[in-house]
Amino acid sequence: MATSSDRNPPPFPATEEPEPGLSGMADGDSDEGEDIFVNNSNPVSVSRGVSQPDRSNVDPPDLFGEDEEEEASSTAAKSNGVHSDDDNDLFAEAHVELSTDKSDSSARKEPSTSSGPRPASTFTQGPAAMQPASLEQLEEEEAMDSFDVDVAVTNPEKVGDGMNAYVAYKVSTRTSLAMFRNKTFSVRRRFSDFLGLYEKLSVKQSLHGCIIPPPPEKSVVGMTKVKVGMDDPSSVEFVERRRAALERYLQRIVSHPSLLQDPDVREFLERDDLPRAVNTQALSGAGFLKMINKASDAVNKMTIKMNESDTWFEDKFQEVESEEQQLRKLHALVDSLVNHRKELCGNTAIFAKSMAMLGNSEDNTALSRALSQLAEVEDKMEQLHQEQAASDFFIFAELLADYIRLLGAVRGCFDQRMRAWQRWQEAQSTLQKKREAEAKLLWANKPDKLQQAKEEITEWETRVTQYERDFDRIGSAVRKEVLRFEKEKAKDFKSQIIKYLEAMLQSQQRLIKFWEAFLPEAKAIA
Amino acid sequence: MMEEVNEVSVLSVHGHSITVTEALKEGDALTFLIVSEKLSGTGEYPVDRTYEDFEWLQQHLFSQEAVPGIHGVIFPPLPAKAQVNASSKVLKQLGFLALGEWQPYCKALETFLRQVAAHSILSKNKAVEVFLTSSDPPGRQKVKKNIFNRLSQAVEEMRKESHKDVDEFFQTQRDHNLTLTVCSKTAAEKFLDVVLTEQKVAVACGHFSAALHLCVEPGEDPDKQAFSKTCVKLSEVFDSIKKNMMSVAENDISTLGVGLDLESRYQEAEKEMLFRRTCKLVELENARRNAEKAKPVKKAAMEEVKKATETEFKHICEVAKQEVHISSPLRVSSHLFRPAIALLGEEVGGVVSI
Repeated sequence: MATSSDRNPPPFPATEEPEPGLSGMADGDSDEGEDIFVNNSNPVSVSRGVSQPDRSNVDPPDLFGEDEEEEASSTAAKSNGVHSDDDNDLFAEAHVELSTDKSDSSARKEPSTSSGPRPASTFTQGPAAMQPASLEQLEEEEAMDSFDVDVAVTNPEKVGDGMNAYVAYKVSTRTSLAMFRNKTFSVRRRFSDFLGLYEKLSVKQSLHGCIIPPPPEKSVVGMTKVKVGMDDPSSVEFVERRRAALERYLQRIVSHPSLLQDPDVREFLERDDLPRAVNTQALSGAGFLKMINKASDAVNKMTIKMNESDTWFEDKFQEVESEEQQLRKLHALVDSLVNHRKELCGNTAIFAKSMAMLGNSEDNTALSRALSQLAEVEDKMEQLHQEQAASDFFIFAELLADYIRLLGAVRGCFDQRMRAWQRWQEAQSTLQKKREAEAKLLWANKPDKLQQAKEEITEWETRVTQYERDFDRIGSAVRKEVLRFEKEKAKDFKSQIIKYLEAMLQSQQRLIKFWEAFLPEAKAIA
Repeated sequence: MMEEVNEVSVLSVHGHSITVTEALKEGDALTFLIVSEKLSGTGEYPVDRTYEDFEWLQQHLFSQEAVPGIHGVIFPPLPAKAQVNASSKVLKQLGFLALGEWQPYCKALETFLRQVAAHSILSKNKAVEVFLTSSDPPGRQKVKKNIFNRLSQAVEEMRKESHKDVDEFFQTQRDHNLTLTVCSKTAAEKFLDVVLTEQKVAVACGHFSAALHLCVEPGEDPDKQAFSKTCVKLSEVFDSIKKNMMSVAENDISTLGVGLDLESRYQEAEKEMLFRRTCKLVELENARRNAEKAKPVKKAAMEEVKKATETEFKHICEVAKQEVHISSPLRVSSHLFRPAIALLGEEVGGVVSI
């Protein structure tokens, strides 16, 4: 692509020259410097790799855009060698690209199941193997290839006043599927609508062993702050978190083949006015009912031990549990990392101020200027740290939190299966009792009651068969779901990690630029 | 031993070659190894000294009453005493010098010695020669008489500190110094906060990296393997982030941290010198008043006192003027220039290693 050749980043080979001894990367740098040109001469090829399949608007690639919200390629794309600093050691074939086009919604996760070669290619195939697929994808103007529905949640707006206020989000859908009325449409929804959707889906789909993505949690504290006023930074952050979480929630739903078919989902996306979902309120009657049900379920689980014939389920269940533990631990660690970074931000800001004061008090002009410059650089550093903290948070912490919830949903699936088994077992024991009753009646010789008993037995026999079939069906559905879930999980994590690394790389480069600008000032003191 | 104080001697080592090579722990106390190159070029003088030895040297420098204008000297600041298991109060007082395994502290002691050796008046004191070259530890008697017992002066200090000066140059210098002292101290403290937080971030990254490493799932399943690989790679990334952060913090400490610390202690030392001069000024003005108001009986004596004080004051002002002019360029070139460059180098290195 023509644009690839524009992407010559002159400063980098130059700046990294003076630091030869710093690490083995120095050699890597000079190699990559040559590679830039090599790759550019290969049409398309590995330069943008398989990065472009699902862009909604393909803007002319604005590569050195300063916009931190830049959507990086969602999976490993081989870069044109510019910033492969991080790669030679780590993601051997997954070279990270500096930045790609912007897209509508910021920081959108790509849940797509498109382009088969992509996931595997990062770890197993070399760059050469990526060439054939990339050519068409790069040329592609259309947003989706095999992924047909694209949703975005944007524009949070506060509606109403006081304690009855709520935040309405715009849900936009873009699709090529026939079952929707239009190609693109949007509606306004509030948080309780999302919860309502989840409730409806749970009731219906859980019987089929689906893993239903859970929505983000309610937060009374957060919402109250927002109701009072949307201006302060913590409310803004809260709303942004929620918006991003709702978007991910919807994307997971629509990327699930059977959930997408559900009329409730369609209604949610299309219908202009949705009846208010009242049974999602915490203090409503329905809410209490839910709590009671949950409690009784928990008791049930403890008392009845399932006779597991298929070890696959048992093993999987263990895995899921231990994974949840690990994720929880990771989440706590990321949380503490985010907090420390925020603290670093604050401290850097204060330090910058004190440096500025020191600079002002010094009368030696060269020194004073240098100190003021240093203060400015530190200020910029604070900005960077702030962004880095946000990146850490939004990318990792939220990812981990999502998956902890998802694993909860997976466990819910297993529970469903167990309940189906219980139903079957109970039906069997009832059948047994009925047969015994029949035998007794036979022996006691009461023909009229006997007839009834026989009818009941037939009825229960059918039930038993049905429940057994249900159980098997759920079993296989759960199996499929879990496998799909794991695939999605691996992809999800990888894409988020790459996004994170790219953002970090970008911020490191800005950091270098800041310090480079400062260097002449510092030298000027002497 | 006191006689040696007044003996003038020439330093037999290269002042700029003095190095405090390491700090050895002996129980609770630290011993410092100091090496200085002989002027004659025939070798080195390695000596070991404790903090008490440094204090001995300092006391000798302070108590050179015979040297005219000694009060006008800005005495190179000696850092506070360092202990192996120091209390939190001591650590707070030491600031940057308490970090980095005593390396910054050794650097501070080294700067002290170099400044003393480079000082035209102070280097002539025999105690310096003894300190740097004698293989036996110098005497440990506490020198009682010195001009720095300020315990009783707290209240008076406040009053005298704001005493208006007769000389515009010095008045400006005093005002300027007052601001600088506060500013540099604040800057040093805030930078210390930054560095400590950097270390915290590094530690958090390390924990995260370790936890990620434990996320590896066994199994043949390609998805599982993919996930495990991702975790391992990410763990490596965070490990290198941690290393980067730690090295940035270390570098910060050893350059800008130490620089700011020295700057603020130097400003304090200058403040003390200016204060001594101000005290002398007050003394002089009192002496003049006494001489005027004295009854004939005492007049002659008062005149004597007045003249002596005037001479002392004149000397102090001369020395002080020189000192003040010298100090600025020294500060500038050695403290902040190197740190900035070094900081930059670290950042770039950090990026490259990712």
